Parts: sequence; C-alpha cells; structure tokens
Amino acid sequence: MSSKDRLAIFPSRGAQMLMKGRLKGAQKGHSLLKKKADALQMRFRLILSKIIETKTLMGEVMKEAAFSLAEAKFATGDFNQVVLQNVTKAQIKIRTKKDNVAGVTLPVFECYQDGTDTYELAGLARGGQQLAKLKKNYQSAVKLLVELASLQTSFVTLDEVIKITNRRVNAIEHVIIPRIERTLAYIISELDELEREEFYRLKKIQDKKKIARAKADAEKAELRQQAEAEEAASLLDEGDEDLLF
Amino acid sequence: MKGCLFNIDSGYLEGLCRGFKCGILKQADYLNLVQCETLEDLKLHLQGTDYGAFLANEPSPLAVSTIDNKLREKLVIEFQHMRNQAVEPLSTFLDFITYSYMIDNIILLITGTLHQRPIGELIPKCHPLGSFEQMEAIHVASTPAELYNAVLVDTPLAPFFVDCISEQDLDEMNIEIIRNTLYKAYLEAFYAFCKEIGGTTADCMCENLAFEADRRAIIITINSFGTELSKDDRAKLYPRCGKLNPDGLAALVRAEDYEQVKAVAEYYAEYSKLFEGAGSNPGDKTLEDKFFEHEVRLNVHAFLQQFHFGVFYSYLKLKEQECRNIVWIAECVAQKHRAKIDNYIPIF
Repeated sequence: MSSKDRLAIFPSRGAQMLMKGRLKGAQKGHSLLKKKADALQMRFRLILSKIIETKTLMGEVMKEAAFSLAEAKFATGDFNQVVLQNVTKAQIKIRTKKDNVAGVTLPVFECYQDGTDTYELAGLARGGQQLAKLKKNYQSAVKLLVELASLQTSFVTLDEVIKITNRRVNAIEHVIIPRIERTLAYIISELDELEREEFYRLKKIQDKKKIARAKADAEKAELRQQAEAEEAASLLDEGDEDLLF
Repeated sequence: MKGCLFNIDSGYLEGLCRGFKCGILKQADYLNLVQCETLEDLKLHLQGTDYGAFLANEPSPLAVSTIDNKLREKLVIEFQHMRNQAVEPLSTFLDFITYSYMIDNIILLITGTLHQRPIGELIPKCHPLGSFEQMEAIHVASTPAELYNAVLVDTPLAPFFVDCISEQDLDEMNIEIIRNTLYKAYLEAFYAFCKEIGGTTADCMCENLAFEADRRAIIITINSFGTELSKDDRAKLYPRCGKLNPDGLAALVRAEDYEQVKAVAEYYAEYSKLFEGAGSNPGDKTLEDKFFEHEVRLNVHAFLQQFHFGVFYSYLKLKEQECRNIVWIAECVAQKHRAKIDNYIPIF
C-alpha cells in the first residue's frame, strides 16, 4: 500500500530533477524544524522547573498570607466589610509583554502598582501593624500568582507549539521524505524500464532490418541470376529472328 | 445604704452579669482548646463550657466564620437581654456601650453610600449591637449629603457628628479619620457621662476609658508614621480624657518615631511597663498584645468592686476578647499553624 503511495507525477528526467530538489528542501526543513523543536523543548523544561519552584513557594506564601489575615482579625476585629465597601479600583494591575522564543510569541504578565495605597490609614487605632503586614503578605502572594499565571500561559502556549512542531518534524521525517524517495525510486525505475524497452526496440529494429536486408540481398541475387540467364538466352535467339529475313 | 439603692434598680442585672461572667472560659478551658486537632474537636470542647450546644445545628464542615458568627450571636443575645431589663441610668450606660459599634456601622454605611453600594445589602453586614432604629430608614438617603441631613442627625451619634464633622467632610475626609474623630468624641462623652454618674462607677469606668483613650493615642501615633497623616491632623484624633492629657499628648504630637513614643511613655509607670515587654521580633509579644493584656487586667479588676456599672462594660469587653481568642485558636487549628496558637490573651 505504502509502496504505492507516491506523488502523481509523470516519470521523466525533468520530474526527477524536480523531485531531487524537493527532497533536498524537505531534508533542510526537517533539520531546521528539529532545531526549533529542540529550542522550544529546552525553554519548556526551563518553564516547567520554574513552575514547580513557584508553586511550592506559592503554598508557603499563601499560607503565611492567610495566617496574617487571622492575625489582623485578632488584633483589629472584623474589618472585612469596611475594606470591601471601600474598593473602587484594582490597586495592582497587569501589563502584558511579548517574549519571542524561536518564532513563538509568549505572553509575559507583569504587575505594577496603580495609584497610591487607599488603605494607608486602615487600622489606625488598632492593629495597624498587623494590617500593614497583611497587605505586604498578600501583595507578595498576588505577585507570585501573576508570575505563576504568566508561566502557566507560556507553558500551555509552548506545549501546543511543541506539539505542532513535533508533528511537522515527524510528518516530514516519516511521510514526506519517504514519499519523495519512493517517487524518485519510481521515476528511476520507470526511466530504466523505458531505457530497457528502448534498447529492446532498437535491437528488434536491428533484427528486422537485418532480415529485411537479407531478403533484399537474396532478391537482388536472384534477379541478377535471372538477368544473366536471360542475357545468355537472348544471345542465342538474336540470330533466329533475323534469320527469317 | 448606697448598695441598697443601687440594688433597687440594677441589683438583678448586676447579679445576672456576674453570673454570665462565670461562664467566661478559664485557663484550663484554653489549655483544652489549644490541644484540638480539628475544628470538630474544638466544637466538642466548647460544648463542655458555658457555650453549650451553640454549634449543634451547624452542618459538618465547620468554618471559622460560622464559629465567629455564632459566638457573636450569643454575646448579642446576652447583652440585649440585659439592655431590655435595664432602667435609667443603667440603660443610658448600656446605650453608650453600643455607640462604639454604632460608629463602626455608620462608617460602613457611609463608605457604602459614597461608593454607591445598595444600602439594603449593607445592613445585614452591620454589627447587631450597633443597630439603631434609623437604620431602617437609611435607604432613603442616596447621597452623602442626604445621609447626613436625613439620617445621621437623628441617630444617637448626632452630637458627635455635629461637633466635629460637617457635611462636606463626609465627601472629602478619609473614612478612617472620620471614624477616629467620631470615636474620640464618643470616648470623651462617655467619660463625661461616667464622671456624672459618680461613685464607684466613675472610679472604675474612668480608669478603663482613660486607658482606652491613651491606647488609641499611642497606637494612632505609631501607626501614622510613614503615612500622609500630618502631625496636626494626628493631634485632632487623640481622645483628651486619658492620663496622657495634656502633657503626654503634646509630646506624642511631636514624636517622629517609635523610640520617641517610647520615651513619652517612660513618664507613665503603667505604660512604660508595657513598652518594655514589647518587641517586634517574631515570638515576642507586640505592643498591641501588651495593651490587650492590660485591658483585660483592668476589666477583670472591675469585678472586684460591687454596686457599679463598670461590670457591664467589662463583661462585654472580656467576652469580645474571648470571642477573638476562640476565633484565633480556631484559625490556628484550621490552618494547622500551631506555632503561634498560644498567642491568645488569657482572661482568668
């Protein structure tokens, strides 16, 4: 089945040249794609190790932040609602940048502080220090979260790109190149076949020509003999007619 | 003789309050609580105390916030029971106690109105002790100006508002500053009221309130370092009924760092002691913890004397501290963060 799978092309010298060019192109593309896949893979591994590191850190930081919330509640009492009602806009915002790895654009999130701290005076009379600590802890937690999100997005994007690239590499390696090679082999075999046919035909023609020539020679020889015989006979008969006179 | 007169009106309630006080958790109870592995264990231990089956109807994965709400509910029921039985002047005294919660609620409502939140959503989030009749009507106000004119001037807090905050301030001032200004006015009024009652009540309550005022002054000073709060603004927030008034407060206004605050406190024997034991290293007690401990001590002392109103205030404060302690222990247990579980403030 697969041996029959080849490009539909008329086997000729021109087509063979074309195929050779294509084979070269495919091999070049294969090596380039392989290099790209390797580069992506490397970056992928790097991100993976970073994700693991950040996630372990995340656990600790979140735990600490949650605990400092408990501490602040112990010192200040219930301040949830007042803070909740005070919210107008986000204080920490995110900017996206693009990073380019082997032609793949990866989104990178970067957080920045927008505006001043509106809760600077929260817990003024009670628990201000705990609240400050709480703010600091949750800020670092949010920063880590953003970092993690950026890594995760890169991870997903890279994963997809790596899959596509690998599929291409494999397709070139296992489908396109063999097909071209098969086509080439087919063209060569067809050309050989043609050559053999041509040779046989020539041989056949030579045979035929030889037979025809032999025949012609034979005929010629016969004619010559006949003519010679006729010539002799006429020599004898010549006088006869004249003799009537 | 004085005791007899006191008992005519308030004897029953004082007895009731002292009875409630006996239900406050002892050191032994705390030792049991800190050994709990899960919140279910904690619930079981609490069942053995005066709290009884207050968590019995809660579905099984118990959240710390549920415990918190239930503790508060119980406290509110007890306090409201006493308030309903009270006659003058105890009823006014108990009302004064609720004003501090009212301030918190009003602040919450003002913040909500300023940010265009529906008031209906806010009311369930207010502290039940600080609820007042006008709260139902508060939804008529949609702007801060209306809120001020229609609602706030009718509340019991109106005198505090009229003195220190104008209509424009509601829009412009930082909400925390409004809160602290109100609280300052409230403390001063409460102090004056207790002085007026006189007798043992004045002795006992004035000491408590003076400490509360001084604590606020000191903590506000420390917390305002590094913020945009100027020294003059800071001075306006100091309640002027404590022992620090007037020299200590004047010195606090000038203070620029923690060391200078500490130097001011040096002149006052009881506060210098608190500063000495406080440290900012992990494991040390913070200054606020020290203040809490001192507050608890003062409140416990209130129970040593008879025939005065201070016991009601002290009972409420101790009970609040207890709620915070239980919630703290519950948080530590829930978050499996046992290193600091002993940081609660023991009462007895």
